[in-house]
Amino acid sequence: MSNPILSIRNLSKNYILGGAFTKSSKDVVHAVEKVNLEIMEGETLGIVGESGCGKSTLGRMIVRLEEPTGGEIIFEDLDLAKESHRALRTHRKRFQMIFQDPYASLNPRRQIGKIVEEPLRVHGVAKQERKRVAQDLLRRVGLDANAYEKYPHEFSGGQRQRVVIARALALNPRLVVADEPVSALDVSIQAQVLNLFKDLQKEFNLTYVFIAHDLGVVRHVSDRIAVMYLGKIVELADANDLYEHPMHPYTKALLSANPRMDDSDTRERIILKGDIPNPINRPSGCVFNPRCPKAQEICKTESPQLINIGKRQVSCHFPE
Amino acid sequence: MSLNESASAIFSESPGKIALRTLARDKRSWISLSILGTIILLALFAPLYAHIIAKTDPFASTLNATITLHGKTISVLEPSTTGLGLGVTPIGPTWNIHKYFLGADGQGRDVMARLLYGSRNTLFIGTSAGLITIILSLLIGLIAGYRRGWVDAVLSRILDVIWAFPVYLLAISLSVVLLTSGLKIGFLHFGPGSMALPITIIGVVYIPYVARPIRGQVLAMREREFVRAAVGTGAKHSTIVFREILPNVMPAVLVFIPIMIALSMLTESALSFLSIGVQPPSASWGTIINDGLALLYTRPIVALAPGLMIVLTAAALNLYGDAVRDALDPKTRARGD
Repeated sequence: MSNPILSIRNLSKNYILGGAFTKSSKDVVHAVEKVNLEIMEGETLGIVGESGCGKSTLGRMIVRLEEPTGGEIIFEDLDLAKESHRALRTHRKRFQMIFQDPYASLNPRRQIGKIVEEPLRVHGVAKQERKRVAQDLLRRVGLDANAYEKYPHEFSGGQRQRVVIARALALNPRLVVADEPVSALDVSIQAQVLNLFKDLQKEFNLTYVFIAHDLGVVRHVSDRIAVMYLGKIVELADANDLYEHPMHPYTKALLSANPRMDDSDTRERIILKGDIPNPINRPSGCVFNPRCPKAQEICKTESPQLINIGKRQVSCHFPE
Repeated sequence: MSLNESASAIFSESPGKIALRTLARDKRSWISLSILGTIILLALFAPLYAHIIAKTDPFASTLNATITLHGKTISVLEPSTTGLGLGVTPIGPTWNIHKYFLGADGQGRDVMARLLYGSRNTLFIGTSAGLITIILSLLIGLIAGYRRGWVDAVLSRILDVIWAFPVYLLAISLSVVLLTSGLKIGFLHFGPGSMALPITIIGVVYIPYVARPIRGQVLAMREREFVRAAVGTGAKHSTIVFREILPNVMPAVLVFIPIMIALSMLTESALSFLSIGVQPPSASWGTIINDGLALLYTRPIVALAPGLMIVLTAAALNLYGDAVRDALDPKTRARGD
């Protein structure tokens, strides 16, 4: 856990609203704004935030299923943000994505075995070898051998997500971006799938970017956690540090909203005022200032930088 | 998703097999298929009937022919006795399959024989035109829906231009113009009066009605996560279109096939009725109705018989289309429409 496998520099995604003739530079949604991140080899980086904070967009940009509008994505020897799609095709086996909805991410008209084999077929692996790898993977993600011949409609959500995981691992990737991989599953199934993620990480020496909105889920799997708000990273820290001692007011509020099951819960409940601001009309200064319980004058005018405090990074004028 | 959730199978069955099994259990599919099968068989046996059973030439006028019925000799065409005494009254149905089973038309030709030969033309033109519509629409829908952007914009606007005209008006105008001049597309040359003309015209005018919904389906499929997953594995465009998107668009296409064949057949009959489809002496159900128009008061069977065939065929095709649709999407039946 030493070398960065992925370095993201000033990565941005803007959507310009309006049709072909009505586009104006005023109506720009900054879904992701100048995000900097380093992901170390073998670690799991969790990304949390409310819906609409840009975490899924960030995840999709990392695997180039979304076009960045600026910045760099340095993955091993490649800048994924610069490569053309055609040039990227052969490299795609090194980074894979796992999607949120296991019902939508499997082609309903193909057998499970064929679905898991498809990435191998795309990369020119011979038929017999494909079948061997697919059967082996299905077994490793905990499915029966006869799953190979079945169709997606014969499986539950949890089983389908195992198939999705098997497909992502078929090409033996180094990096896996998982976009809310368990949020569509029953709570009882979530833990099983999360444990599968952990087991496979050891077995295949994987690096995960794990996107979620459920703090409990993220804590369970992550080594480090990045908290996003309105397209920016507001805090980045080791998982335990972040949970024990959040420094950014937004992280505090987020954590206080997470229920605990024991009596020792003496934390104060922080209830944020208002909604997430419209991303077209971003607040000036710190993007969190209209909802921040500690906002001062400077927060309304000056945007805080993501600064290093010890081992962690916080973007706040008044970190605790 | 829709068709998979409701069908639970003990053995592994592909969604396609499940749909086939549902279709085989559906009474409507057997009723409609037997009607269509009978009509097709009758059409295939047209020469057998004309040359061996009835021994008549359905394409030649026989103004002075006589037949012997119940020991009496009657001429096929009798001078009219009503009104001004102009014109002729052809012989009515004899219900004898050897002699003018359904009677004769104004030129003394055997209506039954013409009806059977007409079935061949109507069915052939309807099926070919319907399939042309489906194939071209699928192609346009896939390209427009997958490429999006300016390709989609250009294709969609072209479809809009065709769509702007009422189908029949467009088909009639094209037929009137091309009937005399013929049509030349590259190396294809369709002479005036060729059957290829109505096939091409009908095939083209319905394209927007099929291509649009297919394009919409492709657009929706393109956003599905399994398509994104395929992009994420590094698959080529052709792989994504043919292996991921096309199989999921096929159910919609299959439902269109019987409906479009029925519509094309109706359009062919309309054009032929207006004398701008199948050209004499060839027959189609539309031309026979036209022949029967003058005899509507004396021998209504001449117009009624082909009319009945059109209704029967169109109804059977639509019934089959409904059965196919329900087999592919069991939820529609539950909704009761």
